[in-house]
Amino acid sequence: MIPLPWILTFSAALFGIGLFGVLSRKNAIAILMGIELMLNAVNVNLVAFWRYRTPENIAGQVFAVIVFAVAAAEVAVGLALFISVYRLRNTVSADEIDLLKW
Amino acid sequence: MALQIIFILVAGATLGAALMVVTSPNLIHSAFWLVGALFGVAVVFALLNAGFLAVVQVVIYIGAIAILMIFAIMLTRRIAKDAGPRFNANWVWAAILAVVVFAGLTWMLFSWPGIDEPAAALNPASDPLRELGLALVAPDGYVLPFEIASVLLLAALIGAIVIAWERK
Repeated sequence: MIPLPWILTFSAALFGIGLFGVLSRKNAIAILMGIELMLNAVNVNLVAFWRYRTPENIAGQVFAVIVFAVAAAEVAVGLALFISVYRLRNTVSADEIDLLKW
Repeated sequence: MALQIIFILVAGATLGAALMVVTSPNLIHSAFWLVGALFGVAVVFALLNAGFLAVVQVVIYIGAIAILMIFAIMLTRRIAKDAGPRFNANWVWAAILAVVVFAGLTWMLFSWPGIDEPAAALNPASDPLRELGLALVAPDGYVLPFEIASVLLLAALIGAIVIAWERK
């Protein structure tokens, strides 16, 4: 069996990489990719704790399925927003999308 | 033992692909590395006896989300190979914050007393996939979140069409 700390360290590292992508990239689509990495890290954690601690309680897998659904909805709406912004402003750079900024 | 070697190889490849996702200058390359990282996570799910989630990961994340992102990058093509810097001015702080979050998470996990307990044994008589299916539709299980997720997906579908609609 794989030791649980290895899996948790792996998912923490994946979360950190995704966080760095979200905070540092200029392109809005690259920011969405970072969010996907973070959601995947959370899913690995949920499934790992389900497998190692409570295999008789399926809640961990159910949460992971709900995260899949939310991620799909988020990407669909986010990419539609970016395509709409690109049409209006001809850019998807997060620095230049400042319509709501005073 | 073989499982552990496979896990180390897969985890290393996944983290490398994830690093390429956030650092690659060309967005299309980022998207392809993202496919690699998502596939690595699917293999980790399979190693954790969650075969159904591994399949769902490949079908939904790689088949739908990553392909949708590649479409969006191609529709906003001018910025795919942006000449300017790919990181904003605060990327050093972002890197420091990411390292601090990683260190804090691992410190918190390793200071948790239950971390070294051996893994619980799977009940050979029960099928996790069957349990998952029953839990998702059982009234005393998770039928309400399941139905709300379907409403959320419908709302996102309609919302995406309305937002991306080109008004003449």
